[in-house]
Amino acid sequence: MPKLTLRVNRQTHTIDCSASTLLVEALREQLRLTGTHVGCDTSQCGACTVHVDGASVKSCTMLAVEAEGAEITTIEGLADGDKLHPMQAAFQEHHGLQCGFCTPGMVMSAVDLCKRVKAPSEPEVRTWLEGNLCRCTGYHNIVKAVMAGADGMNGGKP
Amino acid sequence: MDSGTASASRRVTSEAVGTSLPRVDGIAKVTGRARYLDDLDAVGAWHGVTVRSTIPHGILDGLDRDPAFDWTDIVVVTAADIPGQNVITLIELDQPALVPVGGTIRHVDEAIALVAAPTRARAFAAARAITARVTPLVPVLSIEDALTGPIQLHGADNVFKRFAIRKGHATDGEIEAALAASAHVIDSVYRTSPQEQMYIEPQAMMAEWREGACHVTGSMQCPYYVHKAMKPLLDLHAEDVIISQTVTGGGFGGKEEYPSMIAAHAALLAKVAQRPVKIVYDRDEDIAATTKRHPALIRHRLGLDALGNPTVIDVDVVMDGGAYATLSAVVLSRGVLHAAGPYKCPVVRIVGRVVATNHPPHGAFRGFGAPQTTFAYERQIEKAARLMGADPLAYRRRHALRAGDTTATSQVLGYSVATDEVLDAIEQCAGTPPVRDGVNASGAPVKRGRGVCFYFHGAGFTGSGEQRLAGRATVALAAGGRFEVRASSTDIGQGAITIFTQLAADGLGVDASRIDVIDPNTARVPDSGPTVASRTCMVVGGLVEAGAKLIAARIRAWAESVGRAGSIEDLADDAFGALGPIAETTQYTPPPGIAWDDATYTGAAYPVFGWAACLVDVAVDLDTYEVAIERCVQAVDVGKAINPAIVKGQIEGGTLQALGWAVLENVVYKNGKVANATMTNCIVPTFADAPELETIIVEVPYPFGPHGAKGVGEIPMDGPAAAVANAVALALGVEFDELPISPEVVAQRLGGQS
Repeated sequence: MPKLTLRVNRQTHTIDCSASTLLVEALREQLRLTGTHVGCDTSQCGACTVHVDGASVKSCTMLAVEAEGAEITTIEGLADGDKLHPMQAAFQEHHGLQCGFCTPGMVMSAVDLCKRVKAPSEPEVRTWLEGNLCRCTGYHNIVKAVMAGADGMNGGKP
Repeated sequence: MDSGTASASRRVTSEAVGTSLPRVDGIAKVTGRARYLDDLDAVGAWHGVTVRSTIPHGILDGLDRDPAFDWTDIVVVTAADIPGQNVITLIELDQPALVPVGGTIRHVDEAIALVAAPTRARAFAAARAITARVTPLVPVLSIEDALTGPIQLHGADNVFKRFAIRKGHATDGEIEAALAASAHVIDSVYRTSPQEQMYIEPQAMMAEWREGACHVTGSMQCPYYVHKAMKPLLDLHAEDVIISQTVTGGGFGGKEEYPSMIAAHAALLAKVAQRPVKIVYDRDEDIAATTKRHPALIRHRLGLDALGNPTVIDVDVVMDGGAYATLSAVVLSRGVLHAAGPYKCPVVRIVGRVVATNHPPHGAFRGFGAPQTTFAYERQIEKAARLMGADPLAYRRRHALRAGDTTATSQVLGYSVATDEVLDAIEQCAGTPPVRDGVNASGAPVKRGRGVCFYFHGAGFTGSGEQRLAGRATVALAAGGRFEVRASSTDIGQGAITIFTQLAADGLGVDASRIDVIDPNTARVPDSGPTVASRTCMVVGGLVEAGAKLIAARIRAWAESVGRAGSIEDLADDAFGALGPIAETTQYTPPPGIAWDDATYTGAAYPVFGWAACLVDVAVDLDTYEVAIERCVQAVDVGKAINPAIVKGQIEGGTLQALGWAVLENVVYKNGKVANATMTNCIVPTFADAPELETIIVEVPYPFGPHGAKGVGEIPMDGPAAAVANAVALALGVEFDELPISPEVVAQRLGGQS
């Protein structure tokens, strides 16, 4: 099987990979980064969202070979050691999760939004995250968490 | 000792119970460290795939394997490989794990064979290389067909189960006479659609055989349901079946009974393959094959006197059970028990039937029959208020049950009736109703309207169910000054682990960080009953609190005997050294004065009810016919919020599922097959569909719940759909008695006018 070099969470990995391997398959099955989840097969749910060169991407919509040379970040690479990323901390503090299955994708999407928009409004959060489904929370606490996470990413200043 | 326990629990009450402690499982979930079933490493595990029927009804004449396919590394399992009885044990013993050759196929996507292979792709390819030879039979594909058509799928009348509730009359003739004597009769027929649970983690299970014992782990709500189903199927003793729950990505009822089926399949494949086998459903398979909310057809007749007082309620509920009995009888039971609503009425007749069809079995989903009947009665009450020219909230308040009143089953409500509290809460924040004609944010013309709804939900199992279950939970002293909670209640996202932690901490008088709620595993935890029916906090939480208090008392007694003083935290480690891993297992006992008669369906249907009211403002877009929810307020009485943030999260999540059911969710069957089995067209609300939810927690304590708590999981699902329909009816001046109120339906009903 052909080899592919992927740069994931600041480390370089060489993996076996066919031309049709999806990025999410490479991450989960080859690199065992199982925090990136698969909730559908139609790019609806967003549970597989990761960052490719800093931009959020549904990793089920991208071939692994397309990600060669890019800097990929998964949920496992977001925290700084034991120190949670401000967005992770905000989800935990504001009860922005229940079953947690959508959470990694939700957090990765939200981080991308807050890098683009320093202090997103509630409608901006809802519009940006429309491609991430959650069935537990009614979205209410996720919106609160993302807005708090944005503050946290700005060093605590709203 | 008693006063010491009481003061300790008062002291700590301010520390754990009543605070929004962050979720115990939160850090693992926000970092991606939480392991769901498909994330587990299992050395040498193969992947299992299910071969399914393509017809709704017929005889399975044979299974043919494509001779051109390479079968070398494939395991195939058919019904002939089942060591025990070919049945998924639940209430009835009618559903096979696999349709046997010569047997009857009863729904599309029924399991007829299984394959396992080293990779998922190989397993899918093998499944495609198996063809079923069938003799099709005429299917039954609607409630009407089941009731009046010529095909008999079950007994002589296709009725799986029927119930009748009678109050204030002895004969059917009296009902007709009471209706005839009423000044007004509101007579309407309601239809509700099937609904998909759409937990974001698809169903997933893994099985492995070790030394003759079968170990199954996976995504599930009820480990002991799976345990009960595996024993006869695999012909094993109880101790040779070990079921454990992995982190579970949502359930909502959808992982109540169906996991037994997948566990059976994984166990059979693992036995033949002689290695672990993992089955993870694709989303389309999950939507197509697993259980949904029962569609219902409800005729509701409400008689009023000249002043608008209800004089007679007559309800006929029919639900589509699908191909097998599964939990339909219990769903119907809860449906009929809620069908008269929380209103005073001297004469009530409720008749319920659940019928057999050739749809995939319908099953448990949050609310469990009550959302269907709540939709009907709250539309009826709305129509009554309008007929009488009354304010909808004031009309409800005038006729609602209070303590001392009797329900349809002649249950006298003794305590914890929160009618006025929830109605007050809604009234106080209602504000001015929207102006009917206007434009929305994109400038399109809209009609706006406001709807309200008032409802109740019985907490815990129906009737004598909790006594029969006799749920148990254990609290134990562990090494290092720690304590263990052992219960089979699963955390499926609703926060069970965190709530148990808080209750145990306060019962013991220790910090929450000292508590370990251990993962449910039938080899290590007692049977606390299933994680269903809004019972986990109220019933099992009560057992945890009781066990914690008993352990604290034993530690104090030991301390006293050796002349030690100090807090339980200070004493715990030495107590462990002296006493060892002492454990206290408590068992549910019903509150005093609870009597239920299954034969007549009279008495205390539930030990206590939760109460709720909802207000919804809608805007119907006159260009697209979309119903937008502009505001949704729900006030819910939960007795006591053990963790307010988790309680609000339960209410918000349930509310959005109800709003989705009201306006956009639907499962469409074509010739018995789910026609929209992907997330692309079997839609659920997104961020953009969801309004900002306003949630008001009301606390009218239940004297026999932990700290006064009663159920919260299901009640938010019951009412909002009726509130939406009531709002749309006002906005458009057209009655909507069917769900969902989708753009297609609105367009059809408006008939091109706008």
